[in-house]
Amino acid sequence: MDLTYTEEEEEFRARLRQWLGQVLPGLGPKPDPNDWPGRRTYDMGWQRRLYEAGYAGLHWPVDAGGKGATPTQHLIFLEETERAGAPYVGANFVGLLHAGPTIAAEGTPEQKRKWLPPILSGDEVWCQGFSEPDAGSDLAALRTKAVRDGDEYVITGSKIWTSHAEVADWCELLVRTDPISDTVPKHRGISWLAMPMDAPGVTIRPLRTLAGSTEFAEMFLDEVRVPVANRVGAENDGWRVTMVTLSFERGTAFVGEVVACRRTLIALATEARKNGRWDDPSLRRKLALLSAEFAALWRLTQWNVSESEATGGVPGIGGSVFKLRYSHARQELYDTAAEVLGAGALDLDHEWVLDRLSSLSYTIAAGTSQIQQNIIAERILGLPKGR
Amino acid sequence: MHFQLTDDQRALQSGMRELLAGRFDRDALRAAVDATVDAPGTLDRRLWRELGDAGFFALRLPEDEGGVGLGLPEAVLLFEEAGRALLPGPLIATHLAAGVVKGAADGSVVVTQSDGALIEWYEASDAVAGEAVAEGAAVPVRSVDPLTPLHRLHEPATTSDPLVGLLTAAEQLGSAARTTEMAVQYARERQQFGAPIGSFQAVKHLCAQMLARTELARAAVYAAAVTGDLADIAGAKLLADEAAVRCARDCLQVHGGMGFTWEADVHLHLKRAWVRKERWVSEATLTELLAELLVEVG
Repeated sequence: MDLTYTEEEEEFRARLRQWLGQVLPGLGPKPDPNDWPGRRTYDMGWQRRLYEAGYAGLHWPVDAGGKGATPTQHLIFLEETERAGAPYVGANFVGLLHAGPTIAAEGTPEQKRKWLPPILSGDEVWCQGFSEPDAGSDLAALRTKAVRDGDEYVITGSKIWTSHAEVADWCELLVRTDPISDTVPKHRGISWLAMPMDAPGVTIRPLRTLAGSTEFAEMFLDEVRVPVANRVGAENDGWRVTMVTLSFERGTAFVGEVVACRRTLIALATEARKNGRWDDPSLRRKLALLSAEFAALWRLTQWNVSESEATGGVPGIGGSVFKLRYSHARQELYDTAAEVLGAGALDLDHEWVLDRLSSLSYTIAAGTSQIQQNIIAERILGLPKGR
Repeated sequence: MHFQLTDDQRALQSGMRELLAGRFDRDALRAAVDATVDAPGTLDRRLWRELGDAGFFALRLPEDEGGVGLGLPEAVLLFEEAGRALLPGPLIATHLAAGVVKGAADGSVVVTQSDGALIEWYEASDAVAGEAVAEGAAVPVRSVDPLTPLHRLHEPATTSDPLVGLLTAAEQLGSAARTTEMAVQYARERQQFGAPIGSFQAVKHLCAQMLARTELARAAVYAAAVTGDLADIAGAKLLADEAAVRCARDCLQVHGGMGFTWEADVHLHLKRAWVRKERWVSEATLTELLAELLVEVG
């Protein structure tokens, strides 16, 4: 049980801090949330800088073009970039955290050569075509159909909640290559494809979130042709291929946010002192309990990272415990922020108000809290499957 | 960074679990509870000596003073096991008195200490650490926990060693982990509507929340043991108290009618968790401390 970092890790942190100190002041202002081309340029420009400085794909394996850094170094990277106020991974989220690691783990050497370098250099944006209108939590029930025609698949169906669809070059797409039947379980007939977003037959309809901005889109696919060579993994083996991706998502995706939440908590206390609400003991109690919660979530992150380093594997299933508690705590944090703001909590120009609105997605996206609890109960605690 | 337990720490943990499985298993626990009917407040002195021989009390004393020379993380692991097993007695006071009160280190003497307005195991103890208790100043209380005799003090003590908080949090963690296991085991076995109740989502989600609460508290308690920092200990105590009390409550709920009986062990965990929650400083004081720290940092 040790929380000290090695000399090597501290050197890594110091070098990173120095670099961040040099590069961040030269960065332009953040684009408007609704300016998608602007957001792409901004996010990919940051990726380019990371690439040139040797920080791109830190946690990717070396044979995939990554740096093969340890999970602890990756943790330090996420902690320090957030602390310094560096841009979030943004439009590069799917490429760096889902599609890329999947291709790195399951792709052929040719596929890795083709798709991985442009992700790392910030030249190509990926989006995710998993969920469908009738396949949300029950993802394996997806119905978008891919029919073989020579060396191509012809794809028809629709996808939903696709972030960055408007500016993506590629989509990691889950399709049904074998229809659901009495003999084929629904998760068996799925394949994983890389679909070029400029292919004829792809239509994108942006979806406005309750926060007012268009954070994701619906995607309609009408006889879209995708080469069979774009399939990663075997035909009908896409479910397993995808699960590799999803465990990455639950592993380290929220490290930076926990750091940010702890900072927000301090800002809430400062604001409450200023506007007098600090005198309310029930508010002080809430802030204190959130402080304990976020401190513990940070320790749990360190625990999970240290465990994945010890076992050498992908982030463990402990990520479900983290996600369940974190998503709830984040909502509590911004509900408390609203208490601090009072009537100001109705002013959309305050960043905490927008953050409060977006926090509502946390207990739904990337596996609802109810699904997380099923996962914990069945896969960690070994309770029987059922209704 | 290697936050995980070392091989030595794992060995220490399993050694303690084995010792308690041999010397204070469920039968011994229930016998101790039954014995309180005729002889309330009696402590098993032989077991106390054995704990002393195993190094439970002298764990953190330097080796040249006859101790084991280990640190807070190791102590936390042992107290977690004690919490799992519902081991009775003023364990923390005696552990903290090792090297200070003669005989505490080897378990030949039982030491208690006043803690706020309460004092545990007052009559069964040989010595009281910290502020002296005047003759007649401690009044017996009919304790909610059959295995923690309590006295009330007219003048509340002001000593508040953070290590009491940390080691109590470790016991709470052990209890939370145990009630989670008990609930899961019962949910797997108990059949209703032709299926194990653990196959129903309503029950599953109770169990999942229990695990999440326990594991978050574990991360906080272990980290506080490593840093020894007051704010870390305060946060760990809050989370571990919550985990122990809420997990015992949920465990009781999963057990249904059986959970409400004297015969089931669930109530023993809940009652002890309530007692431990009162130790060290109050929840209100802890939250005020953490709130103040937010202001200081900002």
